[in-house]
Amino acid sequence: MLEVKNLKFRYNGFEVNASLKVNEREILTLLGPNGSGKTTLLRCVYGILKPRTPCVYLDGKDVHSMDLRERAKNMGYVPQIHHPSFPYTVLEFVVMGRASQISTFESPGGEDYRIAMNALKLVGIENLADKPYTQISGGQLQLALIARALVQNPKAILFDEPTAHLDFKNQIKVLEMIRRITFEKNIATILTLHDPNLAGIYSDRIALVKDGKIYAIGRPEEVLTENELGHVYEMGVRVISVDSFRLVLPVLNKLRNL
Amino acid sequence: MTRKVILIFFLVFPVFSFFTSLCIGAYNIPLSAIVKMISAKTLEAITLGRFSLELSYPSTYETILFQIRLPRVITAMLVGSALAVSGAVLQATFRNPLVDSYIIGISAGAAFGAALAFGFLPASIEVSAFVFSMVAMFLTYTLAKIRGRVTVISLILAGIIMNAFFSALTSMLKFLMEHEKLAGVVYWLMGSFANADWNVVSRIAIPITAGCTAICLMRWHLNVLSMGEEAQILGIDVGKMRFTYISIVSFMTAIAVAHCGIIGWVGLIMPHIVRMSFGPDHKTLIPLSIAIGAGFMVLADDLARALTTFEIPIGIVTTILGIPFFIYLLRKTGGGEWHA
Repeated sequence: MLEVKNLKFRYNGFEVNASLKVNEREILTLLGPNGSGKTTLLRCVYGILKPRTPCVYLDGKDVHSMDLRERAKNMGYVPQIHHPSFPYTVLEFVVMGRASQISTFESPGGEDYRIAMNALKLVGIENLADKPYTQISGGQLQLALIARALVQNPKAILFDEPTAHLDFKNQIKVLEMIRRITFEKNIATILTLHDPNLAGIYSDRIALVKDGKIYAIGRPEEVLTENELGHVYEMGVRVISVDSFRLVLPVLNKLRNL
Repeated sequence: MTRKVILIFFLVFPVFSFFTSLCIGAYNIPLSAIVKMISAKTLEAITLGRFSLELSYPSTYETILFQIRLPRVITAMLVGSALAVSGAVLQATFRNPLVDSYIIGISAGAAFGAALAFGFLPASIEVSAFVFSMVAMFLTYTLAKIRGRVTVISLILAGIIMNAFFSALTSMLKFLMEHEKLAGVVYWLMGSFANADWNVVSRIAIPITAGCTAICLMRWHLNVLSMGEEAQILGIDVGKMRFTYISIVSFMTAIAVAHCGIIGWVGLIMPHIVRMSFGPDHKTLIPLSIAIGAGFMVLADDLARALTTFEIPIGIVTTILGIPFFIYLLRKTGGGEWHA
């Protein structure tokens, strides 16, 4: 279980302040407008940005006091933007996730490559193993990043906008995959997303983030309401029910009818 | 299959260069004589002089081979591998395909340090070269960091500035230097293996071999480090690792510069040649860069000493060979796509 207790962090005069819990085999999505502090919160949880006092615990252990290796063995982080480097093959790229298990004076061995290959199989891109990772599509890169996080063998993974820059089909594909690994690998997952509909479909719980604080937290049907969303996004919102899901629509203004 | 053929070529290349270089020169010695003389010496050394082969070669052969060519060829190979591996490491740590220890100003800093110790300070030339190579490195990096980011181009620009700065300082030293010392410094700065004897070999062999071995052992983590700041989420202390690699590289460069002057471009080109044929994985890139760097440098030195009746400084040869390659790389990579 990943637990955030009274996290407080100041950043350019902006304050993030949050408490939350995520169980294994559970997806918690942070949802909120641009600049609401979702990414900052996620970075604070991982410790890329470090709050002054310990506030993040994984199975009771203080995450921020772990050294980098120890942390990477326990927690994965999938960044929103990956700046491409030399054209490593997809397999070489994924095996880098083993870095925390390999001493400075060693290289990955057969076992590490086998683990990486299995992760590629799990995310369904094993056919790309020998392709330069700089030449695969955005959706495939996101899957490769997920595979890289998986080979760290973490108990929790944080995803920063995993659907950014992806087309509709790939957004679904990536979120399906995140859901699958969360359950198959017993992972506690936190995502940030921009689309309330995707959040509603794929999350077990949603935290609405506004001005660096958690405005509301709960199951999708509890949180995705006209009232809550309208307040967080400061706009008119309609919510309709389709099957068992909530669909969020904007209240159309007159301009739309021009 | 083709990969295997290329691999064999890469490994045979330095051996081929080694023997070729021992043969050619102002006085040509046949390969058979070289192999026999080296075997005889080795046998003598192994058996502590109890056995020796009687060879009927002129004594000039032995002098040229053992006193002149062998130490020179070994020096060139050591320096070549040091520079090539330095280039590979810097390209990975800075995520920048266009750098090596010359472009980034490490060599210029080392040259200034060496000249300073040679002309004016009662300090070790190698130590002074190392200290100033690190100073140059630090200044280049600080200068290149604009709003927290180091781009491909900003790093090269900062390198140009540091090169100019340390070259100016070195010129100042030359201006102030006594005349007897000046001639030596001028020739040495252009880069040359002409003074390479067993004394030089004994002073560079251990540091360069140690440096190359260390990098070889740590080579895979260069892959991870080339992910930039992202490497920290894979469990790598980016700052500490960068500093470790750069220190080793500066150390090897400083040793090479202190004895053989500034030899540019080798460090830039060699890793690219390996990458083009074997891909960017540092597991293969580092050992093959060492091999091909050694082979290339000794062949370039053959050109320097055998192309004309006089010796061309090796730095001039490598620069003329390197610049077209750099232009090609600049066009191909677009220069600005990456940043650290």
